[in-house]
Amino acid sequence: MADRYSGGGVNVETTVLGADEIILNMGPQHPSTHGVLRVKLRLDGEKVVGSECVIGYLHRGVEKIAEHRSYQQFAPYVDRMDYVAAVSNGLGYCETVEKLMQVEAPPRARVIRTILTELQRIASHLFWLGTHALDIGALTPLFYCLREREEILKIFEKYCGARLTTHAFRIGGLQYEAYDELEKDVERFCKGFDKRVDEYESLLTENRIWVGRTKGIGILTAEAAIAMGVTGPVLRASGVQWDIRKAMPYAAYDQYEFSIPTGKNGDTYDRYLVRMEEMRQSRKICLQGIENIPAGPILGKVGKVLKPPPGEVYHSIEAPKGELGYYIVSDGTTQPYRVRIRPPSLINLEALDQMIRGHLVADVVAIIGTLDIVLGEVDR
Amino acid sequence: MPLDNELVKRYKARFGGGIVEAWLDRKQAILVVAADRLLEIARYSRDEEGFDLLVDLTAVDWPKREKRFDLVLFLYSFPKNERLRIKALLGENEPVASVESIWPTANWLEREVYDMFGIVFEGHSNLKRLLLPEEWQGYPLRKDYDILQQDEAWVRENLGIESGQ
Amino acid sequence: MNLNAIIPYILPVLFALVIVALLPLVAGYIVLVERKVMADMQVRLGPMRVGPHGLLQPIADAVKLLLKEDIIPESADKLVFWGAPLISVTAAMLALAALPIGPFFQIADLNIGLLYILGISSLGIFGIVLGGWASNSHYSLMGALRSAAQLVSYETSAGMAVVGALLLAGTLSTRGIVQEQSDTGWWFIFVAPVGFFIYLVASIAETNRAPFDMPEAESELVAGYMTEYSGFRWALYFLAEYTNMVVVASIATTLFLGGWMRPFGNTRAFNFLDYLPPLLMFLVAGYCFRRTPKQPVQVQKMFMAAVGLLCIVVALVLIMPLAVPRDSYLATSKPGIHGAFWFLFKVAAYIYVFMWLRFTFPRYRFDQLMRLGWQFLVPLSIVNVMMIGLALALHRQFGWPNWISFPLCIVLTLVAGGFLLATGEKHEHPFVGEVGEGQEEETPVHA
Repeated sequence: MADRYSGGGVNVETTVLGADEIILNMGPQHPSTHGVLRVKLRLDGEKVVGSECVIGYLHRGVEKIAEHRSYQQFAPYVDRMDYVAAVSNGLGYCETVEKLMQVEAPPRARVIRTILTELQRIASHLFWLGTHALDIGALTPLFYCLREREEILKIFEKYCGARLTTHAFRIGGLQYEAYDELEKDVERFCKGFDKRVDEYESLLTENRIWVGRTKGIGILTAEAAIAMGVTGPVLRASGVQWDIRKAMPYAAYDQYEFSIPTGKNGDTYDRYLVRMEEMRQSRKICLQGIENIPAGPILGKVGKVLKPPPGEVYHSIEAPKGELGYYIVSDGTTQPYRVRIRPPSLINLEALDQMIRGHLVADVVAIIGTLDIVLGEVDR
Repeated sequence: MPLDNELVKRYKARFGGGIVEAWLDRKQAILVVAADRLLEIARYSRDEEGFDLLVDLTAVDWPKREKRFDLVLFLYSFPKNERLRIKALLGENEPVASVESIWPTANWLEREVYDMFGIVFEGHSNLKRLLLPEEWQGYPLRKDYDILQQDEAWVRENLGIESGQ
Repeated sequence: MNLNAIIPYILPVLFALVIVALLPLVAGYIVLVERKVMADMQVRLGPMRVGPHGLLQPIADAVKLLLKEDIIPESADKLVFWGAPLISVTAAMLALAALPIGPFFQIADLNIGLLYILGISSLGIFGIVLGGWASNSHYSLMGALRSAAQLVSYETSAGMAVVGALLLAGTLSTRGIVQEQSDTGWWFIFVAPVGFFIYLVASIAETNRAPFDMPEAESELVAGYMTEYSGFRWALYFLAEYTNMVVVASIATTLFLGGWMRPFGNTRAFNFLDYLPPLLMFLVAGYCFRRTPKQPVQVQKMFMAAVGLLCIVVALVLIMPLAVPRDSYLATSKPGIHGAFWFLFKVAAYIYVFMWLRFTFPRYRFDQLMRLGWQFLVPLSIVNVMMIGLALALHRQFGWPNWISFPLCIVLTLVAGGFLLATGEKHEHPFVGEVGEGQEEETPVHA
């Protein structure tokens, strides 16, 4: 079945049965595709019968650039991939290089990294909630979420000077010592945050219209999710209880107590509930973290010039969007030989085709929103 | 360092010469297999060994080697909570079987490898470029593709400018 | 020329001119109020720059829209393209003719007033469909047809809800309806609350407001009938939409909220409420004067002070009939002036509820919207009419006292409503076959 694209217009093709199948182009510029994503939908009337994603509009060749930078020079580049959750990207990369170098970050650094990463998870989920609710038509949660996110970004700014692309961590630990009021700020944020999440839930969770727009939409069964390689909250909402923080703990996660929310049906509503609960669990981790930040150095024994022994390593973390993996091959020089970034958004986006079949056009926007993709990560 | 645990023994018992090498690098298991037996090894991994998640599929270019490409599959098993890396060595124009029929997630992953390296996957349902425009010439992640290089003809024709640099 | 023959026509013409002249301004300010209310609910400030607290924003917007380039698509039907917004605006404005803003402020006291209003509002749908048609764009037309389908569906239930109130009033004349509420002393909302609720929901859908604004939402792929319109033509559509809001709010006020009656209008003990309007205006004036020194620029200071003075003038006008001796001529203007104030106050409250709902709820998907209209509201409104009829019959034919027959019928209507809601749940999601009926509540399972 040929797919012809005619630059934003409409193609009407007659199928075998004589019914008209229209190809509708949700172009790269669209308020709800969360970036430059192009989705070619095949419609039978209002119903979607097939789709094709065209990506690459934000491809910057990050993996190629990595081969021409030193390990430390490449660290700011990873922030720009999932720009909504830059701290997680940085954590993944630094931990992978540390594994490659076979050094370990000191305990103090690990705990502070955990706290900042969990704050970043909350910030990322808040942004997701705001934009997802906006796509479905609820205009107010966006502003409330941005208000909370503002608090977190202020903490980041006080810590490392940047709000969005933070480059917060260094290979071997941290560069900046935790500023004096970090614990107080985090505590103040976390104390008020639970009530805020209750507020968002009161607006949406029991709302008849919200439930009607999200329940039963975009169902992904557990088998389909595993087959499509989906990870993160999408996988957990489909019923698979798997979180890298529990399965293969990294940073300081093995010291903290938290639970992994799982859904049952794998629909949009479950994904919403899972992410809301994840925000609460992240807050719990933060509170546990600041109770006891060990004293000590913040940077491990890493020289100025990093020359890892030849070999390769794969390490992944539980980013807010899914499993963010780094595969770094070293040939013994100061520049990596190959850096491969496993983008959770790309692999989650692959499942989009399966999820939107049979739905109405109006649901496509909701399903794209529920996958929580960031095009910077999809295209790198 | 070379690896010879239970898992490797089972693979070697099943596939014999198909398993070329097995070693442990920084505590991570790597299995090098023959490229022509990749599909059956993949099926065995998913069905018998329980590696139901294909985490990632990528390639590394070693231009000085005779078989220049390293096709790398990252597998994960939910029941065993174990990771495994499978590598296959491929020559320059050597096609390899697609594992899309085993793990559907390989669809886009293989397309990206094709896009960036030029490795052809036989049996893939839709092997065209993923990130770059379809008419782009050249395979950027190969080591002989310069970092400042671009498909001049495509840029001139489609963007109307001399160069993106 | 017999002057006496012309006088009865002068006053209505004058009122009509005043309303048509003021309406764009009022609609513009309703837009500003909406933006400020939206901002307040979204923890932000809204327009603040143009004029003190953004009070000149509508003027700036109007000037901008007037100066915009007038783009007409090449292949559009020029005459229809030009005429469609006019139809919408005309229909909306004509409907205002029969609305009683006070006992003395009414352009035309038709004895079929309500029928006239409902009919004219339906004509507004032409403007939408023709606008989509004239754009000569497949998706504009689809959006326009969807809007029209939505409007027609909800007209039915709105009309039935109105019929319910008409049964209670016994007359189609808008003045007569308010008179009836004044005579019995009960606003019809207390007598027929379900009817009011139906009318509230239906009127939101009638005016294409959220949560029923799928046809014109930005994140929806189909851009809606207004896409090809820019500049002042678009402003006309917007004017029509906000005027429609005023019209439905006025209908609701007339029918259900007692029109120009003061709360507890017939009870002497509550006469102190008469002082509430001027008090309110004095408070607003006081707020304006308090904010005056805090304005950054001299011009804004003067403007704020002017607004405060305006409020004081209005307050004085309101207090005037109360302050003069009871039997002087000026005192007879009290029902007129205070009536107008209470009417506008209720209309404003109704429109505030519209805005409140818009910023709280997500949007209904189009099929859910139609399902709600036809499978829930229409049956419920029919039941409502039957029950009101039953209550009236029980009261008038069988002599049951009011306080038994009406509550009984309200309860029966609510039961019917609950029944409709319960049976309606099963028919959601027709396309996603594997979900099945009756999804259970799922709560996340923790590790």
